[in-house]
Amino acid sequence: MISLSWYLGLSALLFTIGAIGVIIKRNVITIFLCIELMLNAVNLSFVSLSSYFKEISGQLFVFIVMTVAAAEAAVGLAIIISIFRNRASLNVDEADNLKM
Amino acid sequence: MFAFLQTSPDLSVILQQTKELIMPEVLLLLFACAALVIDVLLPRQQKFLVAWLSIVGLLVSLVSLIFVYKGMGSSAKAGFFGMIVIDPYAVVFKMMFLIGALLAILLSIKYLDEEGEQRGEYYALILFAVVGMMFMASGVDLLTLFIALELMAISVYILVGYLRRDQRSNEAAMKYFLLGAFSSGVLLYGISMVYGMTGSTNLADIAKALPVVIGANYQPLGQAVDMRYLVLMSMILMAAGMFFKVAAVPFHMWAPDAYEGAPTSITAFMSVAVKAASFAMFGRIFLYGLPDLRGTLEGNATSHLPALPGWAVLLGVVSAITIVWGNLAALTQTNTKRLLAYSSISHAGYTLLGIIAGNQTGYTGFVIYLFIYTLMNLGVFGCIIALRRRGIIGDRMEDLNGLMKKAPWLTVMMTIFLLSLGGIPPTAGFIGKFYLFAGLIETGNPWLVRLAILAVLMSAVSLYYYLRFIRAMYIEAETEMQPVMQSWPLRIALATAALFVLLIGIFPQQLIALTQKAATGPKTYVYQNDGAEHAAPKSPPQSMPSPAPPPR
Repeated sequence: MISLSWYLGLSALLFTIGAIGVIIKRNVITIFLCIELMLNAVNLSFVSLSSYFKEISGQLFVFIVMTVAAAEAAVGLAIIISIFRNRASLNVDEADNLKM
Repeated sequence: MFAFLQTSPDLSVILQQTKELIMPEVLLLLFACAALVIDVLLPRQQKFLVAWLSIVGLLVSLVSLIFVYKGMGSSAKAGFFGMIVIDPYAVVFKMMFLIGALLAILLSIKYLDEEGEQRGEYYALILFAVVGMMFMASGVDLLTLFIALELMAISVYILVGYLRRDQRSNEAAMKYFLLGAFSSGVLLYGISMVYGMTGSTNLADIAKALPVVIGANYQPLGQAVDMRYLVLMSMILMAAGMFFKVAAVPFHMWAPDAYEGAPTSITAFMSVAVKAASFAMFGRIFLYGLPDLRGTLEGNATSHLPALPGWAVLLGVVSAITIVWGNLAALTQTNTKRLLAYSSISHAGYTLLGIIAGNQTGYTGFVIYLFIYTLMNLGVFGCIIALRRRGIIGDRMEDLNGLMKKAPWLTVMMTIFLLSLGGIPPTAGFIGKFYLFAGLIETGNPWLVRLAILAVLMSAVSLYYYLRFIRAMYIEAETEMQPVMQSWPLRIALATAALFVLLIGIFPQQLIALTQKAATGPKTYVYQNDGAEHAAPKSPPQSMPSPAPPPR
């Protein structure tokens, strides 16, 4: 049987990849995917801990996180569409109207 | 929690007993849904009626909240399997959110007409955000807190990007959304680590379990392990997530952009209610969930484990940087919304001082300052909203020039709010700052006293940029002649806010009594005076994010 630490290690790895992606990527959609990756890394760690503890509230948390991620995706993509309509670019570096 | 659900004979009985605890939220939610439906039925010219429906909803919720408060007696009531608690802390914060939203809606009605975007979902979204905030104040389970936070955050993402055709609004929404979602991820990872160490998401259980976990003889698998670094890391991750939400300095870069690009009425709402809600959750997590991590995490002399600093140090360093950077960056701004964004960053720093002090005065200051800040910052933004006219956005410093000749009434209101933000005595801002700084000085800890001195010096610096507004309004000559028209809801909102800012400044006893009750909940913390130096070491811990270099 695979021990808990492997799951937690994978979760930490995924989270790090996601966090690095958010920082270095310049396309809005890619950044958004990296954020989803971070949330899923959290889900993995919740599920594995929950099954390790034989306690259900961790899995409950995962459902909530998934729901929230779906709602966030809906709103986020709507924002991305509206920004694309107005400036026809998805590069975050080009969105610089708001600099002093 | 689920074990209890299975053993309970009848779920409905439990719900019967606890449902009145969330009655204000339920009523508000009903009004929000009604607002969405009625919006569809109304013709275009009458969409503003939805605003009045929302205001009625907020008032009904406020009345029901007062009933809950009266029925509460002296003790806190927990419900829904320990996920929700109604105590004075929650009630005072909820009142703050309701009043903030009420004033923000009053300010919005005319503003949306000017923008040509009068639609009902705007008000419904504000109400949904307020429901989220109210649960943030009363949630005592990380699960409840997280859902509530997201309910608020997602509603506000939409509101920031509400002006769909405006590129600046789009951009602000995108930046706010990306950084907000990122910070939620960071916060969640911290929560999952805490869950991994304590096996529970309930703040009371976490508070009970953590001292065992950080103890030097913690032996989960037969041999002693040092979990303190893991505890520290999860604490830092959660703090980082919360710093994002309150816009404290290493994580503040979204605030100026989001505040500048958002519709001004939403900027006003965000800068007060969203910030207060984030602070309410901050207080819940740190004062109720992690009280034992405040001071030092003791080491073990026999196995040469070093003592680690707790979150008081982290917060102290962050608030010092926040106050300094927020005030210095505000000095050079020419856009008033951006300037007020930096000023609101520095105010977040002041508010953190109350949590750091850890005594009754500090906690009172924490709550009372957020309450007063809600009134005065909404007021300032209300005055900027009043400047929005055909062809004039009203967010440049020059737009204020010669306002005294054009709109003396508005100028006087603005002056009151600005003086209050600067903390000048006859106004409420002084009372708030007084409590925050007194809390720090009361601890007697030399580092905290130095922090208080820094905060006082910096609030003197802040007067410089508040006086820039006043100079523009009273001394500068008019640069354009277009008259300023004020709608009567805006006048009512500004007059009420100004009245309360002055009243609280002159007769603060009522509010102090209320907030002191709210502040008795968290366990007060006594700093050891002999070894006081180690409560706030000179250098931040290794794992703490170093103060960010000033962007731009």
